[in-house]
Formats: sequence, C-alpha cells, structure tokens
Amino acid sequence: MSEPAVADTRRLNSKPQDLSDAYGPPSNFLEIDVFDPQTVGVGRNRFTTYEVRTRTNLPIFKMKDSSVRRRYSDFEWLKNELERDSKIVVPPLPGKALKRQLPFRGDEGIFEESFIEERRVGLEQFINRIAGHPLAQNERCLHMFLQEETIDRNYIPGKVRQ
Amino acid sequence: MSFFGFGQSAEIDIVLNDAETRKKAEHKTEDGKKDKYFLFYDGETVSGKVNVTLKNPGKRLEHYGIKIEFIGQIELYYDRGNHHEFVSLVKDLARPGELSQSQTFDFEFTHVEKPYESYTGQNVKLRYFLRATISRRLNDISKEMDIVVHTLCTYPELNSSIKMEVGIEDCLHIEFEYNKSKYHLRDVIVGKIYFLLVRIKIKHMEIDIIKRETTGTGPSVYHENDTIAKYEIMDGAPVRGESIPIRLFLAGYELTPTMRDINKKFSVRYYLNLVLIDEEERRYFKQQEIILWRKGDIVRRSMSQQAAIASQRFVGSSETAAVQAKEESK
Repeated sequence: MSEPAVADTRRLNSKPQDLSDAYGPPSNFLEIDVFDPQTVGVGRNRFTTYEVRTRTNLPIFKMKDSSVRRRYSDFEWLKNELERDSKIVVPPLPGKALKRQLPFRGDEGIFEESFIEERRVGLEQFINRIAGHPLAQNERCLHMFLQEETIDRNYIPGKVRQ
Repeated sequence: MSFFGFGQSAEIDIVLNDAETRKKAEHKTEDGKKDKYFLFYDGETVSGKVNVTLKNPGKRLEHYGIKIEFIGQIELYYDRGNHHEFVSLVKDLARPGELSQSQTFDFEFTHVEKPYESYTGQNVKLRYFLRATISRRLNDISKEMDIVVHTLCTYPELNSSIKMEVGIEDCLHIEFEYNKSKYHLRDVIVGKIYFLLVRIKIKHMEIDIIKRETTGTGPSVYHENDTIAKYEIMDGAPVRGESIPIRLFLAGYELTPTMRDINKKFSVRYYLNLVLIDEEERRYFKQQEIILWRKGDIVRRSMSQQAAIASQRFVGSSETAAVQAKEESK
C-alpha cells in the first residue's frame, strides 16, 4: 500500500443541512418560570404558593404551555419521589428555613419578602435543572407536578415511556 | 564493595560498538522524568565491550566468573519481587579466576528477539537491559545499561472507518464517524458528528483520548484510566442536521502503541471518548476503542537491512490484529 507523505486531513463528507432545521425553532425548548408568590390562609395556617409555568416544545410533555400553583412542600414531595424512583442525583432544594418558623422573630419569618424571593429563585433553578434531565422526564411524578392542577399523593408511581 | 581500602574492587562500564551511529529515543522513567536511551528494533544484534577497571591498580581481583546478560522483563509495581523475564540471554566473558589488571571483554548477542515495546506505566514496566556481573564470594559487582525497544508496523491492509448511531431515545441522536480504526502515533483523527435529534440543551462537545492500562489476571484485574487529551470540538448548541468536523493531531500527545495482553501480564489500550455536556453540566458520552501503532521512520542505509527484518516480522502480526479488530467492532 502506498504511504502518503502528508497526512490527509480533509473533512469527511456530510449531508447538507436543511435550512428549516438550521433556522427553525430548536427542538429543545423548555422554560419553566416560578413566580407570583401569594400567601394564602390566616394566622398559623398561612403558606405561600408560587405559579409554576411550563413552556416547551418537547413531545414528552402533553401540554406545550401549562400553569399550576405549587407550594414548597410540593417541591419536597417531587424531590422525594425522584430520589426514590429514578437513578438520578437530584439537585438540592433551597433551605427549609425552620428557624424562620419559630416565634418571637423580629421580622415576618417565612413571609419576609426577601426570603420569599430567595426561595423563589432557588425553586426555579431546581425545577429547571430537574425537568431538563432525560431520566426525570420519564417519571410520572414530574409530569403531574408540572401539568396537573393538583398533586394526587396517592398516585401510582411509574414511567411515562416504555 | 571494599572495606577500609582492603581488598580489591572494580568499576564496570558497558559500551556499545555502534554507540556513535545508533539513534537514541526518549523514554519516561518511573518518576516521570524523560531520559534518552539507545534505540533497538526486534532482530537487531546487540554488541559491544565490557570494560572492567580495577580500583586499586596493583592488587588482583578474585572472582567466580564474569558474564553479561541481555534481559527483557516485565515488572508489576505491586509485585516487585517477581520479575517476569521473557528474554534472557547470557554470555560468559571470563571463567572463575583473577584479574591482575583492567581488562576489556567483547560481547555479541546476535539477532536478538525483542518481541515487545519498552513501556513505563502507572502500574507496570517493561524494560530491556544489559547487565554485566562479576561474581564474587561475598558480593557481586554489576552494572546495568537500559535500552529502549520500539515495535514497528506498516500500514494495515484492513483499516475500516468507525461509524455508529447512538443516543438516548427521544432526547438525543447522533451519528459519529472516525475515518479509521487504526492510527499511527503521528496520524490525524478525521471525523464528524452529525446531529439527528437534539432535545437537550447542549453547551459544548469535546473528544478525549483515554489510555487504559490493565494489569493482573482473573479476579485481580486492575484498570488504570488516564485521560491523555481533551479537545473541544464544539462550543454552543447544535440543532438537527448540523455536522461538526473533528481533526485531532496525535503527534502532540504522549501515546504508545496499543499493547494487547503482553506476555499475558498487561495491556495498554486507547479509547476515543466523545463527550457532550449540557447546560446543567450533565455529561453524555460514547467510548470507542482505537488501535494505535508505531510507523517506522525513514531508515538510514546503514541500518536498513536490520530494520527491514524487524518491520517484516510485524506485517504478519499487524494483519492478524486488523482482522481481530474488525471482528470485535462488528
């Protein structure tokens, strides 16, 4: 076999890209916003809910645009479900802030505006990280969390894809 | 060793006959430093002189024999006591007696078989050396001289490209292609990655060269992985239909030829690892073995005959390796 004197570094032939693929919307659009904190209830039974709005073009999500209201303990529920059922390392949630729930504080405790904002940012980061994970997208609990109005804690855990 | 100046001792010096003309090659020592050693190929003759210089001229040196050995051995770091010698040749230089003055002895190991390449790794070392020994009653006097051996191949007849479609169902499908499955140490890896489906948010893509050194057999097999190179080939998010080219020059990296099951003691294999990293630092990867081989340099006329013998012996073995590789990649 003849030995080439200079290495052949020419690119391999590739198919030309379809222009609609090149300039069309990407197939990986997934954006989840956590916003509009509202405190509901009275006295010691108060809690804060956030709007969780999911916009996506991923086929695995039934609704391309959905909006639900969730509270911190719902996020905790989701984290626990994923830790139990899926093999992924689940990112951390923002803190539980138990100290803030003790009486005799000088401020509003867990209803302090700055705390709510801090928590909102943490929850948004958490949900975006989780929802983008191909294995988490397989879990029914994630879809129920994002796209069903209420979370049925007696649901049957399982996978969405085979 | 002489105690308080009593008795006689000697210094041994080994000098090759072709020390002026023979090329030297750089080789890493166990502590990571690089040194130059005389370079030999399989089948070449190793000849030279052993100079024995008496330390106290005038006194005699009694000995039980002077010999020189040519040794090729494998040393596992976790089992230093046991050296596995796969080449062991000896030439007697002097019968038991005494030396009254410094003396020089000629030696020649003709057409020595050197089946494996010299290798210094993380857990194992393969080396060739000459060792001249003066045997004595209490303690021997010896001197070692390491040499480096390279194993050469010619261009393999069968060298198919590597082409595969991989992915995660409904999330990511790529087709990757590398132009060859066997590369020489100064070759270029030319390839491409074609995106069929992109439903994850990719941040960048890189290609790594991983060296895996395997020592031990049966239940006590140990793999040592080392990332020799990391080369970014894409920065930013691709979409469907994009083709990303790969052009990776191997000459810049510290690579050895692929060594498979050397004397049933160790292996050194190389893998290309294609890694995609998404916006959340998740890594998706696909590893593929490549065979590395050493191409002979342009040979000088004075050594052409011996080196031709050496490379001819390896055309046969590289073809067998090529057929094996093709079977495995199916």
